[in-house]
Amino acid sequence: MTCWPEIPVFDWLAVLGRSGLGTLERLGRGHLFLWQVFSVLPGLLTRPGLVVRQLYSVGVLSLIIIVVSGLFVGMVLGLQGYNTLVDFGAEESLGVVVALSLVRELGPVVSALLFAGRAGSALAAEIGLMKATEQLSGMEMMAVDPIQRVVAPRFVAGFLSMPLLAAIFSAVGVYGGYFVGVGLLGVDDGAFWSQMQAKVDLYEDVYNGIIKSLVFGFVAAWIAVFEGYDAVPTSEGVSRATTRTVVHTALAVLGLDFVLTALMFGEE
Amino acid sequence: MKNSKALEIAVGLFMAAGFVALFMLAMKVSNLSSFGSGDSYDITATFENVGGLKVRSPVTVSGVRVGRVSAIDYDDDSFEAVVTMQIESHYNKFPEDTSASIFTAGLLGEQYIALEPGGAETSLEAGSRILLTQSALVMEQIIGQFLFSKAAEGEEENP
Repeated sequence: MTCWPEIPVFDWLAVLGRSGLGTLERLGRGHLFLWQVFSVLPGLLTRPGLVVRQLYSVGVLSLIIIVVSGLFVGMVLGLQGYNTLVDFGAEESLGVVVALSLVRELGPVVSALLFAGRAGSALAAEIGLMKATEQLSGMEMMAVDPIQRVVAPRFVAGFLSMPLLAAIFSAVGVYGGYFVGVGLLGVDDGAFWSQMQAKVDLYEDVYNGIIKSLVFGFVAAWIAVFEGYDAVPTSEGVSRATTRTVVHTALAVLGLDFVLTALMFGEE
Repeated sequence: MKNSKALEIAVGLFMAAGFVALFMLAMKVSNLSSFGSGDSYDITATFENVGGLKVRSPVTVSGVRVGRVSAIDYDDDSFEAVVTMQIESHYNKFPEDTSASIFTAGLLGEQYIALEPGGAETSLEAGSRILLTQSALVMEQIIGQFLFSKAAEGEEENP
C-alpha cells in the first residue's frame, strides 16, 4: 500500500469516494434484490392468501388517510381554483382545473407520498425487525425462503394497491372540489361536469395518471422492502431504514414524476 | 377462520372501491362517454392551412359533434394539408357538396371542423373527399390585413 501524504484534501476525497462507492454498492444490491423478488413471484401464485393479507395491511389500512387527504386536497383545489378563475370570469372551468390537476399530478404523487409514510415505513420497519430478531434467519433454517414468504407478498401488495389508492384519491378529490365549487361557491352544476368531460382525455390524462401511479407503486414498494431487508439488524438500524424509506421514496417519486411528466406531456 | 374471512371481505371492498374510482374517472371525469359505439367511416378534406387543428379535434354539424379528426397529413403534390375525419356511422346522409371549415371555439379555444351540408342528392361515402373547404383563420394574418387596410384608408384621406 502506497503511503499517501497527510494532506486534508486526500482525506476529503477519500470520504467522497467511499460514500460514492457505498451508494453504488447499495444500488447494485437493491437491483439484485429486486431480481430475487421477481424470481420467486411465480411461486407466489400458489399462495394468494399471503398477498391478500398484505393487501389488507398495505391497502385497506391506508384507505382512511387517502380518502381524507383526497377530500381535503380536492376542496382546497376548488377554493383556490375558484378564487383565481373568478377574476377571468371563467369559474365554470373549475371542474377542469380540479380534475386535471388531480388526475395528472396530485392523485399519483400525493398518494405515493402518503403511501410511503403510511405503508412504506411500516413495511420497512416490519421486515427490518424480523431481520433484527432473526426471524428471517429462522425461516431459512426451516427451508422457508424469506423472500418468497415475507418480502414478495408485501412487494406485490404495495405494487397492486398503489394505482387503486391513487384512483380513489383522485375520485374523492374531484367530489371534494365539486362540493366546494358547486355546493358552496355556486358554480353551475352542469358546466362543472361538462367542461371537465370535454377537457379531460381518457388516454392522455387518466391512463397516463394510472401509469404514473403504477411506476410509483413499484418504486415505493421496492424501496420499502429493500430498506427493510437490507437494514442493519439493530434497533438503530431499523429506525434508520424506516427513515430512509420515507426520504428515498419521496425523492424517487418526485424525481420520477418530473421524468414521466416530461415523457408523457412534454411533446405535443 | 372468521377473522380471515373478514379480512378478505375488507380487501375485496378495497379493490372494489379502487375499481369504482377508476370507472368513475373514466366515465364521469374524462370523455369516454362521448366516444359513441365505435362504428365509423372516414372522409377526407384538404385545407390550405389547418392552423391549430389536432388529431382527435371534434367534427361538428350545426354544433353537434358527429366525429373526430383521426389523422392530419401533408400532401406535397398539392401542397395542402389532408385531414381525415372519422364520422360516426349513423350520421351517413351528408350531401356530396358538404363544405368543411375550421373554426375556433371561443376567442382562444381549441379548433374544430364544422361541416355544412349542401343540397346534392348523393351522399358522402366512406373514403370520399370534401371539395369545399375553408382554412383556419390565422390571427396574425387577420391583424396584418386589418392594419394594411387601415394604412390604405389613411393614405386615401390625406393624399
